[in-house]
Amino acid sequence: MHFDELIGHLGQHTVDGLSKGAIYALIALGYTLVYGVLRLINFAHSEVFMVGTFAVLILWTQLGVQNNPPVGQAILFLVLGLVVAAVASGGTALALERIAYRPLRRKNAPPLIFLITAIGLSLVFVELFGQVLPKLLGTVLPEAFGRPRQIVGMPTIIQQETLFTIGNTAITNIQLIVFVAAVAMMALLDWFINRTRYGRGVRAVAQNPETAALMGVNQERVIMLIFVLGGIMAGAAALLWSMRFGFTQNSIGFVLGLKAFTAAVLGGIGNLRGALLGGLFLGVVEVYGATLFASNWEDVIAFVVLIVVLMFRPTGLLGESLGRARA
Amino acid sequence: MIDKIRSADRRRVGILTSVGDRWRALPKWQKAIGVVALLVFLYHLPYLGKLPGGLMIPGLNNLRTDSIEGGNNWAGVLFVCAIYVLVAIGLNVVVGLAGLLDLGYIGFFAIGAYSVALFGSVNSPVVKWIQQEFNLPPTWAVTWGICLLLAIVLTMISGVLLGWPTLRLRGDYLAIVTLGFGEIIRIVARNATGVTNGPVGISAIPGPEGPPSADNKVFGLIDAKPWYWLAITFVLLMVVLVRRLEHSRVGRAWLAVREDEDAAAVMGVYPFKFKLWAFAMGAALGGLSGFLFGSRNAFIDPTQFNANLSILFVAMVVVGGSGNMIGVSLGAVLLAYLPERFRDFADYRWLVFGLAMVLVMILRPQGLIPSRRRARELKDRAAEAEEAPAHV
Repeated sequence: MHFDELIGHLGQHTVDGLSKGAIYALIALGYTLVYGVLRLINFAHSEVFMVGTFAVLILWTQLGVQNNPPVGQAILFLVLGLVVAAVASGGTALALERIAYRPLRRKNAPPLIFLITAIGLSLVFVELFGQVLPKLLGTVLPEAFGRPRQIVGMPTIIQQETLFTIGNTAITNIQLIVFVAAVAMMALLDWFINRTRYGRGVRAVAQNPETAALMGVNQERVIMLIFVLGGIMAGAAALLWSMRFGFTQNSIGFVLGLKAFTAAVLGGIGNLRGALLGGLFLGVVEVYGATLFASNWEDVIAFVVLIVVLMFRPTGLLGESLGRARA
Repeated sequence: MIDKIRSADRRRVGILTSVGDRWRALPKWQKAIGVVALLVFLYHLPYLGKLPGGLMIPGLNNLRTDSIEGGNNWAGVLFVCAIYVLVAIGLNVVVGLAGLLDLGYIGFFAIGAYSVALFGSVNSPVVKWIQQEFNLPPTWAVTWGICLLLAIVLTMISGVLLGWPTLRLRGDYLAIVTLGFGEIIRIVARNATGVTNGPVGISAIPGPEGPPSADNKVFGLIDAKPWYWLAITFVLLMVVLVRRLEHSRVGRAWLAVREDEDAAAVMGVYPFKFKLWAFAMGAALGGLSGFLFGSRNAFIDPTQFNANLSILFVAMVVVGGSGNMIGVSLGAVLLAYLPERFRDFADYRWLVFGLAMVLVMILRPQGLIPSRRRARELKDRAAEAEEAPAHV
C-alpha cells in the first residue's frame, strides 16, 4: 500500500486517470447508444475501435508520415486521421448492424442470440486483421500487415512534453489534447441527441418504438444512425489512442472494449452523460488503484469497483435513461 | 438460396423432433438396449476406426484427429471434449435453465483446477506452508479424492459469493459483472505469487494414483485413454444428476424464473434463492471440469484461463441449443473437436468458427438441437414480430 505516493501526487494521478478515462468514455458511448435504443449489448463494438486504429495506421504510413512533423502538418494528419478513422469505424459499425443484427431483429430473437452473433463477428474481425488481410495485403501494406498478430507501431505525430505544471502536477500536451478532444466530441454528441431533429427521433425510438413509428419516425433509419454515431465516436477514440500510445494490434479491442463497457455500465448504460462520468471515473479509479497496490492489479480494481457500485446503485451512477432524458 | 436452406432446415427439425417422440414411445427394454449401445459406443470411442489386428477402418479412421499430419492424440482430444461437455452441462443449468447470462464461467473452471493444484501438488506454496506449520514430511499433500471434494465445495462457495451481491442485478449487468469475475480470478492467480506461484504455474498436480510419475500404471502422462474414461464417467453421472434436478421442483422453479421472474415470485417461487442455487450448481460442475483438466494436465498456469474461453463456453451452450442437454453436449463436442480435426485450415479455423457462429445464430436462433419449449418460445416471438410490423 503506497498511500504516501497516492496522496503526495494526487493531482498527477487524477490527471493521468482523466486522460485515460476519456478514451474509455468515447468507446463507451457506442455501447450506450446501442443499448439505449435496442436494449442489446453490442459486443462487437470493440472491433469497431480496432478497425479505426488500423485505418489511422494505414493512412499515416501511406502518407509517409515521419516522427515529429511540423505543427501545421501534424494538425493536418490528425484531422485526416479523424476523418478516415470515423469513416472506417462508422462503416464497420453499419456493416455489423446489417449482417449480424438486422436479420435477428426481424425474427425478434432474444438478446442472448444477439450477443452470440456479436461474439462471432468480433472473432471474424480479429481474424480478418490477424490472418486474412496480412495474407492478401502483406506485400502491399507491409507497415500494417507485414507482421500478422504482432504489435505494430505508428509514427509519433506529437512529441509528449509538459505544457504547464500546477503544484507538483505536470500536464502534458497529449493529455490535454486527448481530454479536450474527447469531451468536445461528447458534447457534440450530447447536443446532437438532445437538440436536433434526428436526436429527437433517436430519443423517441428509445422511449417507445411503436409510438415513435406512429409519429412518423423511421425506426430502421434511427438504428442505422445510432450505429454510425457510435462508430464515429469509436473512430475518434481510435485516433486519440493512436496519437497517445502509438501502436495497434488485431486483438487490441478485447480489453479496451471490456473496460469501455464497464465504464458504460458504471455510469448507467443507455445514458450518454453516464458514459462520460463512468469512463472518467473508471480511468481515475484504475490509476489510483494501480498506485495504491501495483499496476498489475488495476484490472481487478476496475471490476471490484464495478461490483461495489452496482451493489449500491443497480442501474449505474446516473441511472439508465437515453429515452427519459429531458424530452 | 436462404429460403431453400430454411425449408430444408425445417424438414430436419421435423425429423429431429420425431426421433425424440419415437424414443419416448419405445418400450422400456428397447430403451435399455439403446442406452447400453450408447455406453458401449462412448467407452469404445478411443479405439474408433481401429481393429484389434492393427487394421484401420478407412471411413471411421478419418474421423480421428491423429489421422492427419500433426494431429493431436485422439484420446487426448476426446478427454478435452468430455470436460467441455461437463462445462456445457453446468453452464446450461445457469444459462439454459435459469436464464442467467454468465460470461465468467472460466473463473469456476480455474478455481476447480487451482484447488487440485494448490492442495494436491507438493510444489504449491499452500502445501509447503501446511507442511511447515504442522511438521509434515516434504512428500505430504492432500490426496486426489479429497481434492475433488475440495474443488466442488470451493467452487460452490465461490458461486454463492459471486451470486449473493450480483444476482439481484438485471440480466445485462450480470453479464459484465460475471465477465469481470472471470478476469479477477485469472489476474489474482497471476499476481498472487505467494499463493499460486503466479505466472510460473504449478507442476506435479496429482491424478487418482498420486503425483505424476513413471510408476503410474493407469493414469500416466502419455496414455490419455484412462483419463477419457474417467471424464466420461463423470459426465454420465452428472447428466443423470442434472436430469433428475431438471425434472424436480428445483428445475421447474428455474424455468419459471427464466420465463417471468415476477410471475414466479407471485406463485411463491422466490427467484433469488433459485438463481443462487443454479449458480452454485453450475459453478460446481465447472469446478469439477477444471479439476479434471488440472489433474490430467499435471501443470497449470494463469494463461490457460483467459476470458476468451468463457465466451467459447457460452457459445457451446447457445450454438448447441440452450436448455437441451443433448444439444449443449453436441455444441461442446463440435467446438472442441472441429478445430482439432481440421488443423489443415489451422490458420483460418477461428475465422471459420466465427462465421459459423454468426450463420448458425441467424439461421437457427434456437441452436442446433433446441429444447422444445425454447423452440416454441422463439417461434412465438417470431410470430409476434410478424403480427406487429411496427417493430420492423
